[in-house]
Amino acid sequence: MKRRNFKSLKNIASIFLVLLLVVGLVGCGAQTEKEPEKVVENKEIVLSTTTSTKDSGLLDKLLPVFEEKTGYEVKVISQGTGQALKTGELGDCDVVLVHSRPAEDQFVADGFGVNRKDVMHNDYVVVGPAADPLEIKGLKVLDAFKKMAETQKGEFISRGDESGTHKKEMALWKEVNIKPEGKWYLSIGKGMGDTLLMTNEKEAYTMTDRGTYASMMDKLNLEVLVEGDPQLLNPYGVIAVNPEKHAEVNYDGAMAFIEFMTSQETKAMINDYKVNGQQLFFAD
Amino acid sequence: MLLEAFRSSLNLIISGDVELYRIIGRSLYVSLTAVLIAGALGIPCGMGIGLKDFPGRSLVLKLVYVCMGLPPVFVGLLVFLFLSRSGPIAPVIYLLFTPTAMIIAQVILACPIVMGVTISAVEDRAQIVLRTAAGLGASRLQALWTLVEELKIGLVTALITAFGRVIAEVGAVMLVGGDIEGYTRVLTTAIVLETRKGNFSLALALGLVLLLLSFLINSLLYSWQYRR
Repeated sequence: MKRRNFKSLKNIASIFLVLLLVVGLVGCGAQTEKEPEKVVENKEIVLSTTTSTKDSGLLDKLLPVFEEKTGYEVKVISQGTGQALKTGELGDCDVVLVHSRPAEDQFVADGFGVNRKDVMHNDYVVVGPAADPLEIKGLKVLDAFKKMAETQKGEFISRGDESGTHKKEMALWKEVNIKPEGKWYLSIGKGMGDTLLMTNEKEAYTMTDRGTYASMMDKLNLEVLVEGDPQLLNPYGVIAVNPEKHAEVNYDGAMAFIEFMTSQETKAMINDYKVNGQQLFFAD
Repeated sequence: MLLEAFRSSLNLIISGDVELYRIIGRSLYVSLTAVLIAGALGIPCGMGIGLKDFPGRSLVLKLVYVCMGLPPVFVGLLVFLFLSRSGPIAPVIYLLFTPTAMIIAQVILACPIVMGVTISAVEDRAQIVLRTAAGLGASRLQALWTLVEELKIGLVTALITAFGRVIAEVGAVMLVGGDIEGYTRVLTTAIVLETRKGNFSLALALGLVLLLLSFLINSLLYSWQYRR
């Protein structure tokens, strides 16, 4: 009896030791990672941006250069434009990089953001199955939208997440005076990647930024059907979170980031960036 | 697709991809810490509620059982707003988008589970054990310790259940952690990201790693539990 108790106690002890060791080890790792932040104060920037810049891989190319140059460390949170701006509004990030001009202007007008700058643009395209049952290929985007709503024969998948892409899509529906609803119109509340995958599965249509589409092209049986329409331009802006609203934000870091994003050198890098042979972004 | 994923997950594990191990380490760190804290809070509370009769006990019980099913995104949202710069505690300490924020959210998810399972374990057998121990001449403290010993299986089950829930949870950690690469990215948020990018095989591989991890930890605890 006594022996058994001793053994089980030993077992408890060993389990806890293992747990402590694991926690301790990882904890140490986390601490050593954090150390530099304490030495150099405010060298950390939180960037809230859209899934399109992150998923396309552009930031992975630009940020190391920025970090190398300035010594700042950038933490990237990728969300839809709506959530990204909301994060800035609450003061939980220092700078936003998004693409929905009306929402950006509102953000600045409400005093949440300052020093908005144009960075670059890419364009939207309408993609769908190669067979194109609705025959929208080559149409202007507004005509294509009208056709989809009128025939109701194909399905259109909308991101429905208040992202820049979603807002742009809604603006286009408004332009043709159609309230998209019904069985043919699916609003799924997801990021661009998820939306493209679903469109692919359902052989439906959707509107996407060219970047996300190009980066996933090899996994999709979707083709670009509508492109090159001036209506489909998609400008990106960078905005610092207003330090007067949230004194704790890293305003200097945000300004350094904005300066970097609008520099000639960065513009060249943006224009050089290609995925699957396609240039995704055009510096302004 | 699945076979390919299985192979690539094995490859991933064997090839010793540093970022993968960091993600695994981070997942373990966050979830184990959360479960340990939840255990330290939930087991004593659960034993207290299970043993004592007090006014409003049935209401407390109901609350605990309801909270066992708290939706993770909801908890995530509450913790997010609480920790936000615009929230109440930011002037004291700012924790949003850190591993600590993730631990807080997971403690909230894990605690009711630990409590609930502890309560049912205690209710089943406590009176008999306590009475027997008292009959054998044990002091109150000794009797309680005997109870813990006797209920070990139940308590470990409580911790395992809670761990299974939090390690596999994505909604809350995504919201409060922000899925920052190299900092708050854990297995589940990495799966979401890779799925969003269409890298199904990598996402599946990460999922298999997650399963493997749960399996290892569970079997470790179970083997200990039954070896007595």
